[in-house]
Amino acid sequence: MIWKNSYNELIKILAKPRSYLGVGALTILVAIIIFAMKADGKSIVSFVTSTFEQSLSFNGNVVNGNLITFIILQMLIVHVPLLVALVTGDLVSGEAAMGTIRMLATRPISRSQIIASKFIAGGAYTLFITLWLGCVSWGVCQLVFGSGDLIVLNSDGLVILKAQDVLWRFEAGMCVAFLSLFTVASLSICLSTFAENSIGPIVATMATILLFTIIGTLDVTVFDTIKPYLFTTHMASWRSFFEDPVPFEDIKQSIVVLLIHIVVFITVSLISFNKKDITS
Amino acid sequence: MDTNHVIEVKHLAKRFGTFEAVKDVSFTVNKGDVFGFLGPNGAGKSTTMRCILSLITPDAGEISLFGKSMQTHRNEILRHVGCIIEKPDFYKYLSAERNLELFARISGANSTKKDIQEILDFVGLGSRGKHKVKGFSHGMKQRLGIAQALIHQPDLIVLDEPTTGLDPQGIIEVRNLILRLKEEQNKTIILSSHQLAEIELIANRMVIINQGRTSIEGDVQQLLNSEELVVRIETTASATNQAVTCCLANFPHASPHTVAPNTIEIEIKKDEIPKLSKLLVENNIPLVALEPKRKLEDFFIKTVMA
Repeated sequence: MIWKNSYNELIKILAKPRSYLGVGALTILVAIIIFAMKADGKSIVSFVTSTFEQSLSFNGNVVNGNLITFIILQMLIVHVPLLVALVTGDLVSGEAAMGTIRMLATRPISRSQIIASKFIAGGAYTLFITLWLGCVSWGVCQLVFGSGDLIVLNSDGLVILKAQDVLWRFEAGMCVAFLSLFTVASLSICLSTFAENSIGPIVATMATILLFTIIGTLDVTVFDTIKPYLFTTHMASWRSFFEDPVPFEDIKQSIVVLLIHIVVFITVSLISFNKKDITS
Repeated sequence: MDTNHVIEVKHLAKRFGTFEAVKDVSFTVNKGDVFGFLGPNGAGKSTTMRCILSLITPDAGEISLFGKSMQTHRNEILRHVGCIIEKPDFYKYLSAERNLELFARISGANSTKKDIQEILDFVGLGSRGKHKVKGFSHGMKQRLGIAQALIHQPDLIVLDEPTTGLDPQGIIEVRNLILRLKEEQNKTIILSSHQLAEIELIANRMVIINQGRTSIEGDVQQLLNSEELVVRIETTASATNQAVTCCLANFPHASPHTVAPNTIEIEIKKDEIPKLSKLLVENNIPLVALEPKRKLEDFFIKTVMA
């Protein structure tokens, strides 16, 4: 029954116009960035590389598909949580507002199975959004700019990755990015079980991300102990795959923290929804 | 599922905080019954209905459907139950067909497009299947509610106030649908309603609950026929006194009394009506109308007041 209801949940998600808002917004933004980089990419990149030009010489196709994909992902991955929360924050509260949750509760499916179905469908949507962002960015950028070595500027300096060494990093990075986004989806579904309207959980999810990000950014000693445990601290850990050598231990730690958050959000959702008054 | 008792409720009790919504409700619904579930506002009808459908957990008592306990066989039982709790709600952004498809799937039924179309035809929405529910009137939603209750071919249909908010035309449509379910598909139906005339017309058995307790349960016609009923006699203003005198002489126990210049009321047994009619004609009393007042309404008020 859980898979049948998950299928139902996917049908509901696909029937809502808001589900396409994220896909549309991402596609337009990717197109805009590609257009901008095509028009003026070389000068933008040379502005960054100019600081190294006294000691390094850059030859070949520096402004290539791999670099532009990396730039797009860096710019957009920050905004995708909002698009995910827009859909997942409505999964339970939207049904409570419409009254359909009462109809579901009179069917041969337990409340825990209903919530599990919502997490499965929310996860599927999040996966789709992540893949869409990754595939569209990478595919279109390869077509428009061609392939080439990837130059990444991070806190340790400049990292140059061979073209043939990049694809697996994108794939692994998108897996971790999916986990981060699914944490956001889990949070918004969890908040959705407490609410009777859609706006509340969406705003609350974004407010939580904002709050945790600010805490993570503030250079205050008192927050140092909690920073490693905030999920927002690990949301950009997909970037670690573009370091050389790859810090697998850090990535593993990020995955564990994100998974713990997901488990906590699912558990709280189950408890909350099983206690929720859905009779009126 | 071959037990004759489709629903057995024994000493059901449910408390919300300090408020005892249901104190001691017991009744039995047999296979093929159209069972009227009556009670004044706040009597505990909806709470009982919600307990039957496991929307809320009772504090005490037993509920068994098809001979199985709801507590231990919930999902198995609910596969055979269709329901409307007050107003049915749907995914407004989906079509009627798609809504039914979702409800069928979650009920464990493998309904084909043909099955869905047949149900839509049955409730009179055959031509509206592809339309989104957001454009449906209240009456159409109520009919679609009946369709979703039937989509998985349940043996028991629970209808809690299915005519709430409907206009007279809508009430008649829903009543006819219920009658067709009884006659064509021999479904067991439990029906709560404030429309006592509806229950009287449709139900064969009923229970009246009051202040959280069962007041009376039994066969509708037997219960009603065991009582004297009020008959309204409409004549001309000049003949009213003669009618009262005539009734007093022949039915001294019936306390005939004038309720309007040309109308009197008299309490007699159902089988005395032909005698009354004959008497009035023989005494040349102009008879404009002779009709029994709604029986269940009186019976309900008497039971609840008692």
